[in-house]
Amino acid sequence: MSSRLARLLVPALLPLILILAWWYASAGGSSIFFPPLSQILERFQELWLFALVPEHVVPSLQSILWGLGISIVLGVGLGVLLGLNGYVATAVNPVLQFLRYLPAVALLPLAIQLIGIGQEMRVTIIVLGALWPILLNTIDGVRGISPGLVDVARSNRLRPFDWIFRVVIPSASPQIFAGIRASLAVSVILMFASELLGASRGIGYFILEAQRQFSLPEMWSGMILLGIIGYALNVVLMAIEYFALAWHRKARI
Amino acid sequence: MVPARRLLAGRWGSPLAAQLAVVAVLLVIWQITAGLGQLGAVPTPVEVGRALLAIFASGAVWEPLGTTLAGWAISLLLAVVVGIVVGFPLGTSRLAYRLSVFTLDFLRTIPALVLVPLVVLLYGSGLESTILLAFLGAVWAVIMQTIYGARDVDPTALQTFMSFRVRRWDTVRFLLVPTALPYIATGVRLAAAICLLVTISAQVVIPAGGLGEQILTAQLGGAVPTMYAYIFLCGALGVGANAAFGKLEAKALAWHPSHRKVAA
Repeated sequence: MSSRLARLLVPALLPLILILAWWYASAGGSSIFFPPLSQILERFQELWLFALVPEHVVPSLQSILWGLGISIVLGVGLGVLLGLNGYVATAVNPVLQFLRYLPAVALLPLAIQLIGIGQEMRVTIIVLGALWPILLNTIDGVRGISPGLVDVARSNRLRPFDWIFRVVIPSASPQIFAGIRASLAVSVILMFASELLGASRGIGYFILEAQRQFSLPEMWSGMILLGIIGYALNVVLMAIEYFALAWHRKARI
Repeated sequence: MVPARRLLAGRWGSPLAAQLAVVAVLLVIWQITAGLGQLGAVPTPVEVGRALLAIFASGAVWEPLGTTLAGWAISLLLAVVVGIVVGFPLGTSRLAYRLSVFTLDFLRTIPALVLVPLVVLLYGSGLESTILLAFLGAVWAVIMQTIYGARDVDPTALQTFMSFRVRRWDTVRFLLVPTALPYIATGVRLAAAICLLVTISAQVVIPAGGLGEQILTAQLGGAVPTMYAYIFLCGALGVGANAAFGKLEAKALAWHPSHRKVAA
Protein backbone atom coordinates (compact mmCIF):
# COMPACT_ATOMS: atom_id res chain seq x y z
CA MET A 1 0.00 0.00 0.00
CA SER A 2 2.60 2.48 1.09
CA SER A 3 4.93 1.48 -1.77
CA ARG A 4 2.13 2.03 -4.26
CA LEU A 5 1.48 5.44 -2.74
CA ALA A 6 5.18 6.24 -2.97
CA ARG A 7 5.21 5.17 -6.62
CA LEU A 8 2.50 7.74 -7.33
CA LEU A 9 3.88 10.46 -5.09
CA VAL A 10 7.56 10.40 -6.04
CA PRO A 11 7.06 11.48 -9.70
CA ALA A 12 4.67 14.23 -8.51
CA LEU A 13 7.21 15.64 -6.07
CA LEU A 14 9.48 17.44 -8.52
CA PRO A 15 6.65 19.22 -10.39
CA LEU A 16 5.25 20.37 -7.04
CA ILE A 17 8.65 21.69 -5.95
CA LEU A 18 9.13 23.46 -9.28
CA ILE A 19 5.68 25.04 -9.16
CA LEU A 20 6.21 26.17 -5.55
CA ALA A 21 9.62 27.57 -6.47
CA TRP A 22 8.05 29.45 -9.40
CA TRP A 23 5.24 30.68 -7.12
CA TYR A 24 7.57 32.13 -4.47
CA ALA A 25 10.29 33.37 -6.82
CA SER A 26 7.76 35.32 -8.88
CA ALA A 27 5.62 36.49 -5.93
CA GLY A 28 7.69 39.64 -5.40
CA GLY A 29 7.11 40.68 -9.01
CA SER A 30 10.53 42.27 -9.48
CA SER A 31 10.62 41.59 -13.23
CA ILE A 32 7.79 42.55 -15.56
CA PHE A 33 8.67 39.59 -17.78
CA PHE A 34 7.99 37.12 -14.98
CA PRO A 35 4.70 38.20 -13.39
CA PRO A 36 3.59 36.47 -10.15
CA LEU A 37 2.29 32.98 -10.78
CA SER A 38 -0.81 33.79 -8.74
CA GLN A 39 -1.66 36.53 -11.23
CA ILE A 40 -1.02 34.23 -14.21
CA LEU A 41 -3.31 31.55 -12.78
CA GLU A 42 -6.00 34.13 -12.01
CA ARG A 43 -5.86 35.32 -15.62
CA PHE A 44 -5.80 31.70 -16.79
CA GLN A 45 -9.05 31.04 -14.98
CA GLU A 46 -10.69 34.20 -16.33
CA LEU A 47 -9.64 33.58 -19.94
CA TRP A 48 -9.48 29.87 -20.48
CA LEU A 49 -12.18 28.45 -18.16
CA PHE A 50 -13.88 28.86 -20.61
CA ALA A 51 -14.51 32.40 -21.84
CA LEU A 52 -12.15 32.49 -24.81
CA VAL A 53 -12.18 28.80 -25.63
CA PRO A 54 -14.64 29.04 -28.56
CA GLU A 55 -12.77 32.00 -30.04
CA HIS A 56 -9.16 30.85 -29.75
CA VAL A 57 -8.88 27.21 -28.65
CA VAL A 58 -11.46 25.70 -31.00
CA PRO A 59 -9.91 27.02 -34.25
CA SER A 60 -6.45 25.87 -33.16
CA LEU A 61 -7.69 22.39 -32.31
CA GLN A 62 -9.61 22.27 -35.58
CA SER A 63 -6.45 23.04 -37.54
CA ILE A 64 -4.55 20.28 -35.75
CA LEU A 65 -7.29 17.67 -36.08
CA TRP A 66 -7.91 18.40 -39.77
CA GLY A 67 -4.22 18.54 -40.58
CA LEU A 68 -3.39 15.40 -38.64
CA GLY A 69 -6.47 13.58 -39.97
CA ILE A 70 -5.62 14.34 -43.59
CA SER A 71 -2.00 13.36 -42.94
CA ILE A 72 -3.04 10.01 -41.45
CA VAL A 73 -5.36 9.16 -44.35
CA LEU A 74 -2.86 10.27 -47.01
CA GLY A 75 0.17 8.89 -45.19
CA VAL A 76 -1.27 5.44 -44.49
CA GLY A 77 -2.86 5.19 -47.95
CA LEU A 78 0.23 6.22 -49.89
CA GLY A 79 2.47 4.36 -47.44
CA VAL A 80 0.66 1.06 -48.04
CA LEU A 81 0.83 1.57 -51.82
CA LEU A 82 4.54 2.38 -51.73
CA GLY A 83 5.36 -0.24 -49.11
CA LEU A 84 3.80 -2.98 -51.23
CA ASN A 85 5.75 -1.81 -54.28
CA GLY A 86 9.26 -1.94 -52.90
CA TYR A 87 11.02 -0.73 -56.04
CA VAL A 88 8.82 2.37 -56.33
CA ALA A 89 9.41 3.10 -52.64
CA THR A 90 13.18 2.90 -53.14
CA ALA A 91 12.99 5.08 -56.23
CA VAL A 92 11.03 7.90 -54.55
CA ASN A 93 12.92 7.63 -51.25
CA PRO A 94 15.36 10.55 -51.85
CA VAL A 95 12.44 12.86 -52.67
CA LEU A 96 10.58 11.78 -49.52
CA GLN A 97 13.70 12.20 -47.38
CA PHE A 98 14.20 15.72 -48.72
CA LEU A 99 10.59 16.66 -47.95
CA ARG A 100 10.89 15.11 -44.52
CA TYR A 101 13.99 17.03 -43.49
CA LEU A 102 12.82 20.30 -45.03
CA PRO A 103 11.69 22.37 -42.02
CA ALA A 104 7.96 22.82 -42.64
CA VAL A 105 8.03 26.27 -41.02
CA ALA A 106 10.31 27.31 -43.90
CA LEU A 107 7.34 26.58 -46.20
CA LEU A 108 5.10 29.00 -44.27
CA PRO A 109 5.96 32.08 -46.37
CA LEU A 110 5.35 29.98 -49.48
CA ALA A 111 1.99 28.72 -48.22
CA ILE A 112 0.95 32.25 -47.27
CA GLN A 113 1.90 33.49 -50.72
CA LEU A 114 0.01 30.69 -52.50
CA ILE A 115 -3.05 30.22 -50.28
CA GLY A 116 -3.37 33.34 -48.12
CA ILE A 117 -3.74 33.36 -44.34
CA GLY A 118 -6.97 31.45 -43.80
CA GLN A 119 -7.68 28.21 -42.06
CA GLU A 120 -6.91 26.28 -45.29
CA MET A 121 -3.35 27.59 -45.20
CA ARG A 122 -2.88 26.38 -41.63
CA VAL A 123 -4.31 22.94 -42.39
CA THR A 124 -2.15 22.74 -45.54
CA ILE A 125 1.05 23.62 -43.72
CA ILE A 126 0.29 21.07 -40.98
CA VAL A 127 -0.24 18.39 -43.64
CA LEU A 128 3.02 19.41 -45.36
CA GLY A 129 4.87 18.80 -42.10
CA ALA A 130 2.92 15.95 -40.52
CA LEU A 131 2.53 13.75 -43.60
CA TRP A 132 6.15 12.57 -43.88
CA PRO A 133 6.71 10.82 -40.53
CA ILE A 134 3.46 8.85 -41.01
CA LEU A 135 4.20 8.08 -44.67
CA LEU A 136 7.79 6.94 -44.09
CA ASN A 137 6.87 4.88 -41.02
CA THR A 138 3.99 3.22 -42.88
CA ILE A 139 6.32 2.29 -45.76
CA ASP A 140 8.80 0.80 -43.26
CA GLY A 141 6.06 -1.05 -41.41
CA VAL A 142 4.53 -2.50 -44.57
CA ARG A 143 7.93 -3.57 -45.91
CA GLY A 144 8.67 -5.23 -42.60
CA ILE A 145 5.73 -7.67 -42.75
CA SER A 146 7.01 -11.14 -42.03
CA PRO A 147 7.39 -13.22 -45.23
CA GLY A 148 5.56 -16.09 -43.55
CA LEU A 149 2.45 -13.94 -43.26
CA VAL A 150 2.67 -13.08 -46.96
CA ASP A 151 2.90 -16.77 -47.85
CA VAL A 152 -0.05 -17.72 -45.64
CA ALA A 153 -2.18 -14.97 -47.16
CA ARG A 154 -1.22 -16.04 -50.68
CA SER A 155 -1.85 -19.72 -50.19
CA ASN A 156 -5.24 -18.92 -48.66
CA ARG A 157 -6.01 -16.66 -51.65
CA LEU A 158 -6.93 -13.77 -49.41
CA ARG A 159 -8.97 -11.12 -51.20
CA PRO A 160 -6.98 -7.87 -51.75
CA PHE A 161 -9.34 -5.96 -49.47
CA ASP A 162 -8.87 -8.41 -46.59
CA TRP A 163 -5.15 -8.60 -47.31
CA ILE A 164 -4.72 -4.85 -46.93
CA PHE A 165 -7.17 -4.10 -44.14
CA ARG A 166 -6.81 -7.27 -42.07
CA VAL A 167 -3.15 -8.11 -42.55
CA VAL A 168 -1.05 -5.28 -43.97
CA ILE A 169 -2.33 -2.30 -42.00
CA PRO A 170 -2.67 -4.15 -38.66
CA SER A 171 0.84 -5.56 -38.88
CA ALA A 172 2.24 -2.15 -39.78
CA SER A 173 0.20 -0.38 -37.11
CA PRO A 174 2.87 -0.23 -34.35
CA GLN A 175 5.09 1.71 -36.72
CA ILE A 176 2.17 3.76 -38.04
CA PHE A 177 1.41 4.85 -34.48
CA ALA A 178 5.03 5.79 -33.89
CA GLY A 179 4.76 7.97 -37.00
CA ILE A 180 1.51 9.55 -35.80
CA ARG A 181 3.14 10.41 -32.47
CA ALA A 182 5.97 12.22 -34.24
CA SER A 183 3.44 13.93 -36.51
CA LEU A 184 1.35 15.12 -33.58
CA ALA A 185 4.34 17.01 -32.16
CA VAL A 186 4.98 18.52 -35.60
CA SER A 187 1.30 19.49 -35.92
CA VAL A 188 1.29 21.41 -32.63
CA ILE A 189 4.44 23.29 -33.65
CA LEU A 190 3.05 24.14 -37.09
CA MET A 191 -0.33 25.17 -35.70
CA PHE A 192 1.44 27.61 -33.39
CA ALA A 193 3.95 28.89 -35.97
CA SER A 194 1.28 29.41 -38.63
CA GLU A 195 -0.82 31.38 -36.14
CA LEU A 196 2.16 33.59 -35.33
CA LEU A 197 2.60 34.53 -38.99
CA GLY A 198 -0.93 34.71 -40.26
CA ALA A 199 -4.12 34.44 -38.24
CA SER A 200 -6.74 36.50 -36.50
CA ARG A 201 -7.83 33.76 -34.11
CA GLY A 202 -6.21 30.88 -32.31
CA ILE A 203 -3.90 30.37 -29.34
CA GLY A 204 -0.78 31.41 -31.23
CA TYR A 205 -2.43 34.63 -32.33
CA PHE A 206 -3.62 35.30 -28.77
CA ILE A 207 -0.13 34.83 -27.32
CA LEU A 208 1.43 37.08 -29.96
CA GLU A 209 -1.17 39.82 -29.39
CA ALA A 210 -0.64 39.62 -25.62
CA GLN A 211 3.11 39.94 -26.16
CA ARG A 212 2.71 42.96 -28.44
CA GLN A 213 0.55 44.71 -25.84
CA PHE A 214 2.97 43.77 -23.05
CA SER A 215 0.14 41.93 -21.26
CA LEU A 216 2.53 39.44 -19.75
CA PRO A 217 0.18 37.55 -17.41
CA GLU A 218 -2.10 36.93 -20.43
CA MET A 219 0.85 35.82 -22.55
CA TRP A 220 2.01 33.41 -19.85
CA SER A 221 -1.51 32.03 -19.42
CA GLY A 222 -1.63 31.33 -23.17
CA MET A 223 1.75 29.61 -23.09
CA ILE A 224 0.68 27.42 -20.18
CA LEU A 225 -2.54 26.58 -22.00
CA LEU A 226 -0.59 25.55 -25.10
CA GLY A 227 1.70 23.36 -22.98
CA ILE A 228 -1.29 21.66 -21.40
CA ILE A 229 -3.00 21.16 -24.76
CA GLY A 230 0.17 19.68 -26.29
CA TYR A 231 0.57 17.29 -23.38
CA ALA A 232 -3.13 16.38 -23.31
CA LEU A 233 -3.18 15.57 -27.04
CA ASN A 234 -0.18 13.33 -26.47
CA VAL A 235 -1.92 11.51 -23.63
CA VAL A 236 -5.07 11.03 -25.73
CA LEU A 237 -3.02 9.58 -28.58
CA MET A 238 -1.15 7.24 -26.24
CA ALA A 239 -4.48 6.04 -24.83
CA ILE A 240 -5.79 5.35 -28.36
CA GLU A 241 -2.55 3.55 -29.18
CA TYR A 242 -2.78 1.52 -25.97
CA PHE A 243 -6.20 0.17 -26.90
CA ALA A 244 -5.59 -0.15 -30.64
CA LEU A 245 -2.39 -2.09 -30.12
CA ALA A 246 -3.59 -4.25 -27.21
CA TRP A 247 -3.41 -7.34 -29.47
CA HIS A 248 0.19 -6.49 -30.37
CA ARG A 249 1.33 -6.43 -26.74
CA LYS A 250 -0.44 -9.72 -26.07
CA ALA A 251 1.13 -11.29 -29.15
CA ARG A 252 4.59 -10.32 -27.93
CA ILE A 253 4.10 -11.90 -24.50
CA MET B 1 14.81 -5.17 -48.35
CA VAL B 2 16.94 -7.42 -50.50
CA PRO B 3 14.23 -8.76 -52.81
CA ALA B 4 13.00 -5.22 -53.43
CA ARG B 5 16.49 -4.12 -54.28
CA ARG B 6 17.02 -7.08 -56.56
CA LEU B 7 13.72 -6.41 -58.26
CA LEU B 8 14.71 -2.83 -58.74
CA ALA B 9 18.07 -3.83 -60.13
CA GLY B 10 16.37 -6.21 -62.56
CA ARG B 11 13.81 -3.80 -63.92
CA TRP B 12 15.29 -0.36 -63.75
CA GLY B 13 19.02 -0.79 -63.49
CA SER B 14 20.55 0.26 -60.18
CA PRO B 15 18.40 1.86 -57.45
CA LEU B 16 20.44 5.02 -57.82
CA ALA B 17 19.48 5.29 -61.50
CA ALA B 18 15.81 4.86 -60.64
CA GLN B 19 16.10 7.48 -57.89
CA LEU B 20 17.74 9.95 -60.24
CA ALA B 21 15.10 9.20 -62.85
CA VAL B 22 12.30 9.99 -60.37
CA VAL B 23 13.91 13.31 -59.44
CA ALA B 24 14.40 14.15 -63.14
CA VAL B 25 10.82 13.24 -64.06
CA LEU B 26 9.42 15.32 -61.19
CA LEU B 27 11.55 18.30 -62.22
CA VAL B 28 10.42 17.99 -65.86
CA ILE B 29 6.74 17.77 -64.86
CA TRP B 30 7.21 20.81 -62.57
CA GLN B 31 9.01 22.70 -65.36
CA ILE B 32 6.27 21.99 -67.91
CA THR B 33 3.27 22.71 -65.68
CA ALA B 34 4.82 25.85 -64.19
CA GLY B 35 6.03 26.95 -67.63
CA LEU B 36 2.48 26.68 -68.96
CA GLY B 37 1.29 28.81 -66.04
CA GLN B 38 -0.75 25.97 -64.54
CA LEU B 39 0.65 26.44 -61.02
CA GLY B 40 -0.20 30.10 -60.49
CA ALA B 41 2.63 31.96 -58.80
CA VAL B 42 4.98 28.97 -58.59
CA PRO B 43 8.20 29.58 -60.56
CA THR B 44 9.79 26.94 -62.81
CA PRO B 45 12.72 24.87 -61.48
CA VAL B 46 14.99 26.59 -64.03
CA GLU B 47 14.11 29.97 -62.51
CA VAL B 48 14.71 28.57 -59.02
CA GLY B 49 18.06 27.12 -60.14
CA ARG B 50 19.04 30.48 -61.60
CA ALA B 51 18.06 32.22 -58.34
CA LEU B 52 20.12 29.67 -56.41
CA LEU B 53 23.15 30.35 -58.62
CA ALA B 54 22.57 34.09 -58.25
CA ILE B 55 22.61 34.10 -54.45
CA PHE B 56 25.83 32.08 -54.51
CA ALA B 57 27.41 34.19 -57.27
CA SER B 58 26.59 37.49 -55.55
CA GLY B 59 27.73 36.12 -52.19
CA ALA B 60 24.39 37.07 -50.63
CA VAL B 61 23.99 33.56 -49.30
CA TRP B 62 27.10 33.36 -47.11
CA GLU B 63 26.11 35.66 -44.28
CA PRO B 64 22.64 34.10 -43.61
CA LEU B 65 24.08 30.61 -44.11
CA GLY B 66 26.80 31.40 -41.57
CA THR B 67 24.25 32.73 -39.08
CA THR B 68 22.13 29.60 -39.41
CA LEU B 69 25.12 27.26 -39.10
CA ALA B 70 26.52 29.18 -36.11
CA GLY B 71 23.17 29.11 -34.28
CA TRP B 72 22.81 25.43 -35.07
CA ALA B 73 26.32 24.45 -33.96
CA ILE B 74 26.27 26.41 -30.70
CA SER B 75 22.79 25.22 -29.70
CA LEU B 76 23.70 21.61 -30.54
CA LEU B 77 26.90 21.78 -28.49
CA LEU B 78 25.02 23.23 -25.52
CA ALA B 79 22.24 20.65 -25.80
CA VAL B 80 24.71 17.75 -25.97
CA VAL B 81 26.85 18.92 -23.05
CA VAL B 82 23.93 19.85 -20.78
CA GLY B 83 21.97 16.76 -21.84
CA ILE B 84 24.77 14.37 -20.93
CA VAL B 85 25.62 16.16 -17.67
CA VAL B 86 21.97 16.12 -16.56
CA GLY B 87 21.09 12.73 -18.01
CA PHE B 88 23.88 10.64 -16.52
CA PRO B 89 22.99 11.09 -12.84
CA LEU B 90 19.30 10.62 -13.67
CA GLY B 91 20.10 7.33 -15.40
CA THR B 92 22.36 5.92 -12.72
CA SER B 93 20.13 6.70 -9.72
CA ARG B 94 16.74 5.02 -9.57
CA LEU B 95 15.35 7.60 -7.19
CA ALA B 96 16.47 10.54 -9.31
CA TYR B 97 14.94 8.87 -12.35
CA ARG B 98 11.59 8.29 -10.68
CA LEU B 99 11.58 11.81 -9.29
CA SER B 100 12.10 13.40 -12.69
CA VAL B 101 10.41 11.09 -15.18
CA PHE B 102 7.01 12.78 -15.17
CA THR B 103 8.51 16.28 -15.27
CA LEU B 104 10.75 15.32 -18.20
CA ASP B 105 7.83 13.74 -20.05
CA PHE B 106 5.78 16.89 -19.61
CA LEU B 107 8.53 19.35 -20.51
CA ARG B 108 9.64 17.55 -23.65
CA THR B 109 6.16 17.60 -25.17
CA ILE B 110 6.10 21.40 -25.03
CA PRO B 111 7.29 22.72 -28.39
CA ALA B 112 10.24 25.10 -27.99
CA LEU B 113 8.67 27.57 -30.42
CA VAL B 114 5.95 28.27 -27.82
CA LEU B 115 8.57 30.32 -26.00
CA VAL B 116 9.21 32.58 -29.01
CA PRO B 117 7.17 35.54 -27.69
CA LEU B 118 8.87 35.43 -24.29
CA VAL B 119 12.38 34.88 -25.64
CA VAL B 120 11.96 37.79 -28.05
CA LEU B 121 11.01 40.08 -25.17
CA LEU B 122 13.99 38.92 -23.12
CA TYR B 123 16.74 38.63 -25.74
CA GLY B 124 15.49 40.42 -28.84
CA SER B 125 15.74 38.98 -32.33
CA GLY B 126 19.40 37.98 -32.45
CA LEU B 127 21.44 34.84 -32.40
CA GLU B 128 20.96 34.34 -28.63
CA SER B 129 17.22 33.87 -29.09
CA THR B 130 17.49 31.15 -31.74
CA ILE B 131 20.25 29.42 -29.77
CA LEU B 132 18.18 29.41 -26.60
CA LEU B 133 15.08 28.10 -28.40
CA ALA B 134 16.97 25.38 -30.27
CA PHE B 135 18.73 24.36 -27.08
CA LEU B 136 15.42 24.11 -25.21
CA GLY B 137 13.97 22.06 -28.06
CA ALA B 138 16.82 19.59 -28.35
CA VAL B 139 18.18 19.09 -24.85
CA TRP B 140 15.40 16.61 -23.94
CA ALA B 141 16.40 14.19 -26.68
CA VAL B 142 19.96 14.02 -25.31
CA ILE B 143 18.78 13.74 -21.68
CA MET B 144 16.37 10.89 -22.49
CA GLN B 145 18.89 8.96 -24.58
CA THR B 146 21.60 9.39 -21.91
CA ILE B 147 19.16 8.07 -19.29
CA TYR B 148 18.31 5.05 -21.46
CA GLY B 149 22.01 4.46 -22.03
CA ALA B 150 23.01 4.68 -18.38
CA ARG B 151 20.11 2.41 -17.36
CA ASP B 152 21.13 -0.20 -19.92
CA VAL B 153 24.24 -1.25 -17.96
CA ASP B 154 24.49 -5.05 -17.79
CA PRO B 155 23.78 -5.98 -14.13
CA THR B 156 26.18 -8.94 -14.27
CA ALA B 157 28.96 -6.73 -15.57
CA LEU B 158 28.21 -4.19 -12.86
CA GLN B 159 28.34 -6.87 -10.16
CA THR B 160 31.59 -8.18 -11.60
CA PHE B 161 33.06 -4.70 -11.46
CA MET B 162 31.85 -4.36 -7.88
CA SER B 163 33.15 -7.71 -6.68
CA PHE B 164 36.56 -6.94 -8.18
CA ARG B 165 36.38 -3.60 -6.38
CA VAL B 166 37.11 -1.70 -9.54
CA ARG B 167 37.61 1.95 -8.74
CA ARG B 168 34.57 4.14 -9.22
CA TRP B 169 36.18 6.21 -11.93
CA ASP B 170 37.23 3.10 -13.84
CA THR B 171 33.68 1.75 -13.61
CA VAL B 172 32.45 4.93 -15.19
CA ARG B 173 35.18 4.84 -17.83
CA PHE B 174 35.10 1.17 -18.80
CA LEU B 175 31.47 0.24 -18.16
CA LEU B 176 29.07 3.18 -17.99
CA VAL B 177 30.46 5.32 -20.79
CA PRO B 178 30.88 2.49 -23.34
CA THR B 179 27.34 1.26 -22.57
CA ALA B 180 25.78 4.69 -22.88
CA LEU B 181 27.75 5.93 -25.87
CA PRO B 182 25.62 4.37 -28.65
CA TYR B 183 22.48 5.77 -27.04
CA ILE B 184 24.10 9.16 -26.71
CA ALA B 185 25.07 9.01 -30.38
CA THR B 186 21.39 8.51 -31.23
CA GLY B 187 20.56 11.43 -28.96
CA VAL B 188 23.10 13.62 -30.74
CA ARG B 189 21.66 12.72 -34.15
CA LEU B 190 18.12 13.53 -32.95
CA ALA B 191 19.34 16.75 -31.31
CA ALA B 192 21.16 17.81 -34.49
CA ALA B 193 17.93 17.46 -36.48
CA ILE B 194 15.85 19.28 -33.84
CA CYS B 195 18.39 22.11 -33.44
CA LEU B 196 18.45 22.76 -37.18
CA LEU B 197 14.66 22.60 -37.40
CA VAL B 198 14.09 24.97 -34.48
CA THR B 199 16.88 27.34 -35.56
CA ILE B 200 15.44 27.78 -39.06
CA SER B 201 11.84 27.88 -37.77
CA ALA B 202 12.69 30.53 -35.18
CA GLN B 203 14.50 32.55 -37.84
CA VAL B 204 11.29 32.52 -39.91
CA VAL B 205 8.78 33.38 -37.19
CA ILE B 206 10.77 35.89 -35.10
CA PRO B 207 12.35 36.83 -37.73
CA ALA B 208 15.94 36.48 -36.53
CA GLY B 209 18.39 36.57 -39.44
CA GLY B 210 19.83 33.54 -41.18
CA LEU B 211 18.29 31.45 -43.96
CA GLY B 212 14.89 31.55 -42.25
CA GLU B 213 14.60 35.32 -42.39
CA GLN B 214 15.82 35.31 -46.00
CA ILE B 215 12.84 33.12 -46.96
CA LEU B 216 10.46 35.60 -45.35
CA THR B 217 12.26 38.65 -46.81
CA ALA B 218 12.24 37.13 -50.30
CA GLN B 219 8.52 36.45 -50.01
CA LEU B 220 7.69 39.95 -48.76
CA GLY B 221 9.91 41.47 -51.46
CA GLY B 222 8.20 39.43 -54.18
CA ALA B 223 11.44 37.64 -55.13
CA VAL B 224 9.63 34.33 -55.46
CA PRO B 225 12.38 32.21 -57.13
CA THR B 226 14.85 33.43 -54.48
CA MET B 227 12.42 32.31 -51.78
CA TYR B 228 12.32 28.82 -53.33
CA ALA B 229 16.11 28.81 -53.57
CA TYR B 230 16.45 29.49 -49.84
CA ILE B 231 13.80 26.89 -49.00
CA PHE B 232 15.72 24.39 -51.10
CA LEU B 233 18.92 25.26 -49.20
CA CYS B 234 17.17 24.62 -45.88
CA GLY B 235 16.02 21.20 -47.09
CA ALA B 236 19.48 20.34 -48.41
CA LEU B 237 20.99 21.36 -45.07
CA GLY B 238 18.51 19.11 -43.25
CA VAL B 239 19.23 16.08 -45.45
CA GLY B 240 22.99 16.67 -45.24
CA ALA B 241 22.97 17.09 -41.46
CA ASN B 242 20.94 13.95 -40.96
CA ALA B 243 23.14 11.89 -43.28
CA ALA B 244 26.30 13.12 -41.54
CA PHE B 245 25.06 12.45 -38.02
CA GLY B 246 23.54 9.13 -39.11
CA LYS B 247 27.03 8.04 -40.25
CA LEU B 248 28.46 9.21 -36.93
CA GLU B 249 25.85 7.15 -35.09
CA ALA B 250 26.55 4.06 -37.22
CA LYS B 251 30.24 4.42 -36.34
CA ALA B 252 29.48 4.77 -32.64
CA LEU B 253 27.22 1.71 -32.82
CA ALA B 254 29.48 -0.51 -34.92
CA TRP B 255 31.45 -1.99 -32.01
CA HIS B 256 28.45 -2.29 -29.68
CA PRO B 257 27.92 -5.94 -28.58
CA SER B 258 24.21 -5.86 -29.41
CA HIS B 259 25.08 -4.85 -32.94
CA ARG B 260 27.75 -7.49 -33.33
CA LYS B 261 25.27 -10.16 -32.24
CA VAL B 262 22.73 -8.97 -34.76
CA ALA B 263 25.35 -9.04 -37.47
CA ALA B 264 26.52 -12.56 -36.60
